[in-house]
Amino acid sequence: MTATSDQQRHAYVASQAAEARVNVELDTGDMILNIGPQHPATHGTLRIATQLDGELVVKADPIPGYMHRGYEKLTEVRTYRQITTLVNRIDWVGNFANEVPFVLAAERLMEVEAPPRAQWIRTILFEMSRIANISLFLGDMGVQLGALTPVFFAFRDRERVLNQIEAVTGGRFHPNFDRIGGLKDDLPKGWIAETKDCMETMRNFCDEVEDLLLGNPVFQARCRGIGVIPTDVALGYGLSGANLRASGVDWDLRRDVDSPLPYDQIDWKVWTHTDGDSFARFWVRLQETREATLIVDKLLDGLPSGPIMAKVPRIIKVPAGEAYISTENPLGEMGYYIVSKGDVGPFRVKIRTPSFNNIAIVSWVLRGVFVPDVITILGSLYFVLGDIDR
Amino acid sequence: MADETTDNDTPAEVLADEARDSVVERLTEVLGDGVVESHVQPGADVWVRVDGNRWQDAARALHTMDFAYFGFLSIIDWAIAPEGRYEDADFDTGDDGESISSVPEATGVAGGDTRFQAFARVHSITEGLGVTLKADIDDSMTIGTWTGVYPGADWHEREAWEMFGVTFAGHPRLRNLYLPSGFEGHPLRKDYPLLARVVKPWPGIVDMEEIPEHLEAQLEAEVMAAFEAEEGGA
Repeated sequence: MTATSDQQRHAYVASQAAEARVNVELDTGDMILNIGPQHPATHGTLRIATQLDGELVVKADPIPGYMHRGYEKLTEVRTYRQITTLVNRIDWVGNFANEVPFVLAAERLMEVEAPPRAQWIRTILFEMSRIANISLFLGDMGVQLGALTPVFFAFRDRERVLNQIEAVTGGRFHPNFDRIGGLKDDLPKGWIAETKDCMETMRNFCDEVEDLLLGNPVFQARCRGIGVIPTDVALGYGLSGANLRASGVDWDLRRDVDSPLPYDQIDWKVWTHTDGDSFARFWVRLQETREATLIVDKLLDGLPSGPIMAKVPRIIKVPAGEAYISTENPLGEMGYYIVSKGDVGPFRVKIRTPSFNNIAIVSWVLRGVFVPDVITILGSLYFVLGDIDR
Repeated sequence: MADETTDNDTPAEVLADEARDSVVERLTEVLGDGVVESHVQPGADVWVRVDGNRWQDAARALHTMDFAYFGFLSIIDWAIAPEGRYEDADFDTGDDGESISSVPEATGVAGGDTRFQAFARVHSITEGLGVTLKADIDDSMTIGTWTGVYPGADWHEREAWEMFGVTFAGHPRLRNLYLPSGFEGHPLRKDYPLLARVVKPWPGIVDMEEIPEHLEAQLEAEVMAAFEAEEGGA
């Protein structure tokens, strides 16, 4: 009896020891995984140091700054006209949209208003850069999740929008077309018909992306319920643009803030979603792109005639004062706080960029998600690195 | 009156802005004499300058007033840069080393008594208007953190800390955001030289020079003639 029980005891001890050995060998303590700076999901050079427990992210710390160009310092030594060249390079995907709030803020300080036709053309180009920007996101989101086709469609169709922007401004990526008091030039002949055709193409592209991605079970499984941002957190972090609207906040600077841009003169809709997850952010951006093509069509129909430049002096000296103007850029709220002392250049410019706030939330939203979801969430928040490292 | 609006430079015929006036009034109710100065630009914007010690209280008050959306937070350095645009200026540079917060020549909207000023912008979604808050920073170069009220202030304060050398008391972990760790100096301070310009002068400086008087009238006439020709042709 005792022998049997000894054998049993030894067998038991041996099995326990074996199990313990396995547990020791597979012990998963915290591990540091470095994502980026060169990772396709980082749209440039954002580095994220994540601390993992197995497959779970315990802590995530985004480290920007690999591309900081010091624009706030540079604006202090340049003239107003030179600064529009600089700010083009902040969000390089939605290029033209960067100039508009800066020029509007300078115009408010100078108490100059651009003629109606200039404001309408500005708005048209503004919306076209939104389409060029977000269509890239729509394709890119597929790439993050393993679907390669949409991004090729995006590059194919986006090219037409860029061509249209180039036809007016002369620049594919850096238009530098806005002037204080108006625009550099009027629209070229035949541009309006061509643009309407281009907008039709972009609507077809949106339909294609919708067919390819939205109903796809893999896409749904990887996006729904991933990276949920509640309304109060989104507001506290200052999330803006589609990220905020996907969290159920019906807020769009184009509609809700008085602006010289003629958004109040046409009918259009602000799209929102209440889920706050990656899927909602994608869905809102898709609807916004389609809405933007309709806005461009309506603006082209109502385009007033007249001059495109107000009378401004040759040397622009902005009177002393302070002004903050922000607009609803493709990535969210972009604003310039200009402090002027009455010189040819500003005294200080604070550039409020959307991606800066949109990515500050990453350390909050990545806590407790799985590693593959990191890529989904980064993709769905959508940032451009030049917009963080300005 | 609680309302200390200073409307020196706005024309008299502009209508009063009740929504923005009421923001100042409600803030004054909560903070009392913590509100130092305010300025309302009707139909455009509102600035409120609060006591530096009440900076956090101001954030809490605004948050309870439904200003839930955090815009940005940064610092203004009111000193005059010793190089660049102002190198030939005949006024005092305001930086003679006696005190880090020596009073500058002029400050902006809603005034100021120190060289460094914190300013931040928050927005109310329900009311549809934004407010710019300002506070003077004294010699201690310290001001309270907003991270407890607006979590988004975290990165903005880290940036302000490394770029201006202002400490935010109570911030969970102030460390460099953009600059490499161990970087010396505060690049956005006015007395920090723009090194690229020191090495090689910027050719664009030509554009900032005053045009000689005898040429100015001639150029102006040319521009206007071209402008009118264009207008007629269109």
